[in-house]
Amino acid sequence: MSAIEQQGVALGGLEQAELPVARPTRRRMPTPRAAVLRGLGFVFVVALLVFMVGPLVWLAVRAFSGIWQYPRFWPSHWTLQWWRTVFDDKSLGRSMKLSFEFAPVVTVASAAICLPAAYAFSRFNFPGRRVLLVSLFATNAFPKIGLYISMAGVFYSLNLMGTFLGVVIVQLIGTIVFMTWIPTAAFSAIPRSLEEAARDVGAGPLRVFFRVTFPLAAPGIFVAMILSFLAAFDEAQGTFLVGIPNYITMPTEMYTLVLNYPEQAAAVFSILLAIPSVVLMSLARKHVMGGKLAEGFQIR
Amino acid sequence: MTDAQTPAGLLIDRVSKDLGGRTIVSDMQLEVHAGELTCLLGPSGCGKTTTLRMIGGFLQPDAGAILIDGSDISRLPPEKRPTAMVFQNYALWPHMTVFKNVSFGLRLRKLPKAEIRERVENVLELVGLTHHIHSYPARISGGEQQRVALARALVLEPKVLLLDEPLSNLDAKLRVRVREDIREIQQRIGITTIFVTHDQDEALSLSDRIAVMSGGRVEQYADPRTLYRHPATHFVASFVGAMNFYTGTLGGDGFRLAGGAQVPVDSLSSRTPGEYEIGVRPEDVTVSSNGDGGAEASVVREIQRGHYKELVLDVGGDEMRAFVAPDLPAVDRLRVRFSRGVLYRDGVLQEQSESPVAVR
Repeated sequence: MSAIEQQGVALGGLEQAELPVARPTRRRMPTPRAAVLRGLGFVFVVALLVFMVGPLVWLAVRAFSGIWQYPRFWPSHWTLQWWRTVFDDKSLGRSMKLSFEFAPVVTVASAAICLPAAYAFSRFNFPGRRVLLVSLFATNAFPKIGLYISMAGVFYSLNLMGTFLGVVIVQLIGTIVFMTWIPTAAFSAIPRSLEEAARDVGAGPLRVFFRVTFPLAAPGIFVAMILSFLAAFDEAQGTFLVGIPNYITMPTEMYTLVLNYPEQAAAVFSILLAIPSVVLMSLARKHVMGGKLAEGFQIR
Repeated sequence: MTDAQTPAGLLIDRVSKDLGGRTIVSDMQLEVHAGELTCLLGPSGCGKTTTLRMIGGFLQPDAGAILIDGSDISRLPPEKRPTAMVFQNYALWPHMTVFKNVSFGLRLRKLPKAEIRERVENVLELVGLTHHIHSYPARISGGEQQRVALARALVLEPKVLLLDEPLSNLDAKLRVRVREDIREIQQRIGITTIFVTHDQDEALSLSDRIAVMSGGRVEQYADPRTLYRHPATHFVASFVGAMNFYTGTLGGDGFRLAGGAQVPVDSLSSRTPGEYEIGVRPEDVTVSSNGDGGAEASVVREIQRGHYKELVLDVGGDEMRAFVAPDLPAVDRLRVRFSRGVLYRDGVLQEQSESPVAVR
């Protein structure tokens, strides 16, 4: 979305730039070059809209459509039937409840594990620091499904398959990178002298952390937690592999839906699945746009 | 505010510190009298900030002890020390208002609310910032932030105040004003103060005594006047103020430079003839256009400095700088003599003990 907004801003700026400051009463015709630039910008914005918003529009239309066959551009009739189908399915309520149980648990567990690590990464220089920091990307560097299958092997021997803990662990894997890198950057951005000044006026190390370090790093930690929540919430492959048949969350429910119902039902479900992401992202928007996210990947 | 408190002295007793395999401070000895403002002056890497951080408790000395008021504090963590520091970047907490910043230490000590309020207001009045009590640090200027940092340090009534290059982030005009403010406040409350700087001008203008440091050692510890007039080593002489240096021979009729020019000297730290290095302040180079027995010099360049003029001279092949009155008419040839010189041998000041230096 921001790209579109920025493009809009850029175009507005262009328009203003070609007008002289002391504006004559009649608007001057744009020069050919500016006109071409504006035309190109317009095409770019439209293309971006089509690619980014198009699928969402299609999904929304799909969710309310009855019969919609190829040669017709628009559905022949509208219906709420698919919403009813989805809401009548008892497994849906269960999977929603499960998703909202797993995501917070995973986020909190991830924070408990990763925040101390992030603090250590930013404040102490220990042997292997860089290697460890980079190796966190390893979980994201390989195809997930391969990782999950080898994990499943280990989980079988540990009797973690089909357990709540097993699902939490598998979802945790996908959150580690956000939960470590972003807070590491947030902690590193706090000058040490701010902590030293607090020591100087009489605060012990713990108090310094809770009164100075943590409040200053909070925006970065908040962003990391939202991203982790979403990563856990949307995680399907690993949850499917480990959780089935006891724990079917919303994304794994999607598989069943796609297989057993017409695609309209899947569209309804996708929209439901997107709601938490949209809500959380708009909450995080301020911090994400404020450069905290960008800052997240500038660690020395 | 702190008037009731008797100021405390500070003793740095044979302190050494290695960092990253390098000796930063080596066997340092320094005594600061109660109520005195002492500058640690030196180039970067001389160990001055390391020394300050050891006094503040952010570093532990490897050897030696630091005593305040006669009691050893060298093993205490910073929060237990009777010191307060003003950091180079001020280190104000951006998520707290000026009031919260200044009162943080008092709130940690669980003082009654009314007393906290009163003490914060008093100290903000002292630094002239009462109107910014509810501002956030980001909303006030650099000079004001600096004074908040000072207030935050003073409000705890520390025995020793530590200032780590507190003026280096201010522009030149403001720097002079703030340093006068700091000196004024320091004298008003009579607090023992250690001030770290690399700016010799700053050190000369606000210190009671200056410790010039180089390579982790104190080269000279003296009041600003002594430091300027009788620099104990070549290093001090070249670091504090401008100085012309020449190697040559002292004879009966003046100092013979390596280039051959014979320059008469009116006052010297020693009169024993021999090989020396002589240091002459540019303001002690006397020039005259009539021949009254000085060495011949030609003017290479004139630099207008506002309230004085700097001449770059060529004296028999040696370059010499002289500060003269700004309205001295421009000439090509001059005669120079030294009104005062200090002599060094192996970098150490040569002074005759029986006849103290003649001061004109």
